[in-house]
Amino acid sequence: MSEKSTLVVSKIKHGTVIDHIPAGKAMNILSVLGIRGEKGDRIAIIMNVESEKLGKKDIIKIEGKWLEPRDFDVISLIAPSATVNIVENFEVVKKYKVSLPDRVEGLLKCPNMTCITNERNESIKTKFKVLSRDPLKLQCEYCGTIIYKDDIVKLTNYLKK
Amino acid sequence: MINKDFYNQDVISIQQFTREDLETLFEYADRAKKHKDKKLELLKDKVVMLAFFEPSTRTRFSFEVAAKRLGADVVGFSGEEGTSISKGENFTDTIRMLDSYSNLIVIRHKLEGAAKYASEIAENPVINAGDGKQHHPTQAMIDLYTIREIFGTIDELTYAVVGDLRYGRASTSFIYGLLIYNPKKLYLVSPPNLGAREEVISYLKEKGVAFEEIRNLEEIIDEIDVLYTIRLQKERFPDITEYEKAKGSYKITLDLLKNAKKGLKIMHPLPKLDEIDKEIDSTEYAAYFQQAKNGVPVRMALLSLIFGVEL
Repeated sequence: MSEKSTLVVSKIKHGTVIDHIPAGKAMNILSVLGIRGEKGDRIAIIMNVESEKLGKKDIIKIEGKWLEPRDFDVISLIAPSATVNIVENFEVVKKYKVSLPDRVEGLLKCPNMTCITNERNESIKTKFKVLSRDPLKLQCEYCGTIIYKDDIVKLTNYLKK
Repeated sequence: MINKDFYNQDVISIQQFTREDLETLFEYADRAKKHKDKKLELLKDKVVMLAFFEPSTRTRFSFEVAAKRLGADVVGFSGEEGTSISKGENFTDTIRMLDSYSNLIVIRHKLEGAAKYASEIAENPVINAGDGKQHHPTQAMIDLYTIREIFGTIDELTYAVVGDLRYGRASTSFIYGLLIYNPKKLYLVSPPNLGAREEVISYLKEKGVAFEEIRNLEEIIDEIDVLYTIRLQKERFPDITEYEKAKGSYKITLDLLKNAKKGLKIMHPLPKLDEIDKEIDSTEYAAYFQQAKNGVPVRMALLSLIFGVEL
């Protein structure tokens, strides 16, 4: 994190810091993780700060919440460059680099309304094969529909968790 | 020898097969033809379930005849009305039950991916007999077999697939099937709103086949060896005005065929409505009745291979 950023947002005591998010994607990350702050979570969103790696980046700090591996897969769909830091007593105790799996299961809704995964009365886990990572291109394993990076946020069904 | 790629396997898409697999299947179909009008006892201890959630006549009956010719018992339904789905039972539980009553399920469903999902639930093999607009693998097998029977080869021919390429599952599976071979060129002829879906175009590009999307069949009629057409499937159009616009846009007439290449064959998975002039039925162009006739031997071949019995 740049010195300038640390001046405006204090360190968290316990929780998660998601760093190296491409600039402008922080709100999308919170949206797909289903974090809205309604439960009283203390969340800091820092956008468009300088980054050596990305030029500009976003950072999210969430006090009192520890993300799980499933969350990392969701983050990797929006921000493949992100790192997740687990903080305890103001110290980073674990650091993960998210990575997009070859198959994305149960995280996205298929946009094709005549796909079996959208059948009401069934609980079928969606499966998308990753056809290309850059640019991101996924294909529904049930109906063959192809989706792109820009579709991801609106297709996330993560909130159902 | 029983081919390991078929034995006890699900058949969801034609894309899962290799050229060698299809050659084996076609050899079996040739053998099945020799047993014409004979009832074999190869599957006398088997029950084949015909789970046609969407009504069908041709595909269902040809599967039924194929299974019965091999000696299997056949049970099933056509349409959801007579099933527990109409009472509110979900698809998952219905498939579980059908699987426990039979040794193989042939499934047709209006939704894409239904057969694949059924194959994940069922312990016994599942054959996709058409899932929405997506796949119809056994129709593609019949189509390819018929071309091989007529031309002696599937390679190096020029093909035109004409009409509704967006919602047509038979045309989609036919295109996928051709990609297992080496077509000289493939023309996709359709109105702009009924062009092949993105995943189909993407697959064509991945396979590196020479193809072109065009609007006017007349331009290429003197070039093509096989003209594959289908009816507009009204039931799959999400917007009826889209159907009305497309209706009648591609009609194969004798006049159009004046400039056709010698030996051109017209194929159609049937039923046909008005997309082919009736006068063409009795000409040498018509290959669709031969194609329909091949339904039983090809499906006999497939069932034999899945159950691992020699024809």
